[in-house]
Amino acid sequence: MNIVVCLKQTFDTEAKITLDAGGKIERKGVSLIMNPYDEFAVEEALRLKEKDGGEVTVISVGESSAQDALRQALAMGADKAILVDPGEAELDEYATATILAKAISGLEYDIILGGFRAIDDGSAQVAGRVAEILNVPVVNVVTKLEVEGGKAVATREIEGGSELVEVALPAVFTAQKGLNEPRYPSMKGIMKAKKKPMQKMTLGDLGLEGQVAAKVKALSYSLPEPRKAGKIIPGEAAEAARELAKLLREEAKVI
Amino acid sequence: MKYGVFTEEHEAVRKTIRRFVETELVPHVEEWEKQGYFADWVIPRMGELGFLSLRYPEKYGGAGGDYFMGIVLAEELARCGAGGLPMAVAVQTDMATPPIMQFGTEEQIKKYLIPALKGEKVACLGITEPNAGSDVASIQTRAVRDGDHWVINGRKTFITNGVRADFITLVAKTNPDLGYNGVSLFLVDKDTPGFSVTRKLEKVGMRCSDTAELLFEDCRVPAENLLGVENRGFHQIMWELQGERLIGAAGAVAGAQYTFEKCLEYARQRTQFGKPLIRHQVIAHKLAEMATEIEAARQLVYSTARKFAAGEYPVKEISMCKLVGGQVSFRVADAALQIYGGYGYMMEYGVQRSWRDSRLNRIGGGTDEIMKEVIAKSLGL
Repeated sequence: MNIVVCLKQTFDTEAKITLDAGGKIERKGVSLIMNPYDEFAVEEALRLKEKDGGEVTVISVGESSAQDALRQALAMGADKAILVDPGEAELDEYATATILAKAISGLEYDIILGGFRAIDDGSAQVAGRVAEILNVPVVNVVTKLEVEGGKAVATREIEGGSELVEVALPAVFTAQKGLNEPRYPSMKGIMKAKKKPMQKMTLGDLGLEGQVAAKVKALSYSLPEPRKAGKIIPGEAAEAARELAKLLREEAKVI
Repeated sequence: MKYGVFTEEHEAVRKTIRRFVETELVPHVEEWEKQGYFADWVIPRMGELGFLSLRYPEKYGGAGGDYFMGIVLAEELARCGAGGLPMAVAVQTDMATPPIMQFGTEEQIKKYLIPALKGEKVACLGITEPNAGSDVASIQTRAVRDGDHWVINGRKTFITNGVRADFITLVAKTNPDLGYNGVSLFLVDKDTPGFSVTRKLEKVGMRCSDTAELLFEDCRVPAENLLGVENRGFHQIMWELQGERLIGAAGAVAGAQYTFEKCLEYARQRTQFGKPLIRHQVIAHKLAEMATEIEAARQLVYSTARKFAAGEYPVKEISMCKLVGGQVSFRVADAALQIYGGYGYMMEYGVQRSWRDSRLNRIGGGTDEIMKEVIAKSLGL
């Protein structure tokens, strides 16, 4: 069984987001992690491999810092990694999916896994688009996955409950929280991660030089309004309560 | 490379341990501190994750990392917020077991070292007695050869991990007439008849770590449990103490760093006289001084560790690390408590624990005064 996992390096969940002078998201000094939903995908791939054998390839589109996320997957037990450097190309979900699909089309695969969304932009589009380009089925927000004899049975979240679906392989599955508990990278794995193959590709290597451009462009970013200071109403309880009710109705307009 | 010593692998290990500490240790620390005992699953779990054998060769189940992997472990464990736990782990990885690796037979390595690295056996180190600690030559615990056994009698005290340990790396006198040339090391299983834990000691700090008083009464230990060479124990334990002091210093500095970070966060948020504490110059300067002291101590630890890792035996520098590490950690904790003010003195804030825990850094593993004595001697005084 050949499994490909698409993963993205994102900001740490505890990172404080700020904008730089140009109004773009400041990337300097932020600690980076593997997108947690992609970690579920890596873990699931490793479990499938441990059960049925095969090879796990992890792939990412990103700058060289994304190697850390790929190395983490290698240290967890993935066999090889591919990093596609998009160079100067502007990326949106369409462009990223186009690049990933092109790279994956050169591999042998039975299963493609990814997180159902990334915690940074949260658009939840890339895996579905990859499936579309590769012309294979996609099952989203999977919380359980069983594979046997060329097909997979997956449990996925739907509004108010869950759905059990069967799909022929190859197929794309996107991981939801609850699919598994990702393992820590093993210490020996960390020591050996550098010895595992890490293939670095450019858009030119994929025949995509000048062929991909974002269809959606971000115009501007804004941060949430800072929380305003609370108001303390002084005085006797009964009097203060009256004043509070008045303010809630007239100023805050919540009652 | 950070500080010229930490590689990508070190940083990946650091990230993993930090995650473990935050998700698996931090939620329990308060409870363990109250109980005066951290859960028994911690050491096996750390063994399972490979944290105890980071710098041991693969043939012993280790990851084959270098000495700085051990430093990374000590530094990250310090961030659990209680000094007792990293101390217990340091006893397991850097105090009670390195002599087995260094002086042990293949049998002893198989029976004691490997299970300890896997976290299956907890180790403790028995040097200190009611009447002798750093003065190792004066210890009174006596081992007498009787056929194919050694018969051990005596008492040990302040033994970290002593309550939970499965075996003890024990220092005993094998020839009382020869002073420090009559000391030997033994590996003693806890279920050996004649060996007992007489008391779990109550401490000012490091509360989640168990500290024991141990008694040996005609405790018969098989001859093959002699560790290293008979009567060479003093030299062997002096060698051990270097690693103990260095890792202790690294842990002390990391604890100070953690305390400092918490304090900085507090000082940013706490407003007095109409502005955050950090906008008061007296506090800002205090914080600057704390950061500087920590950095200076850390640089000394790293440069000394580099020598130690290269196989040198820098006793003077290690003693300096231990001295400055212990003093800086306590000074930083004391200054932090002062910045927290009244809240700092309350049990609900963690800084009181740093203050209590860090006090031991100036005593355990050799007091400040012993360190100065070693340094003075190395200066020919």
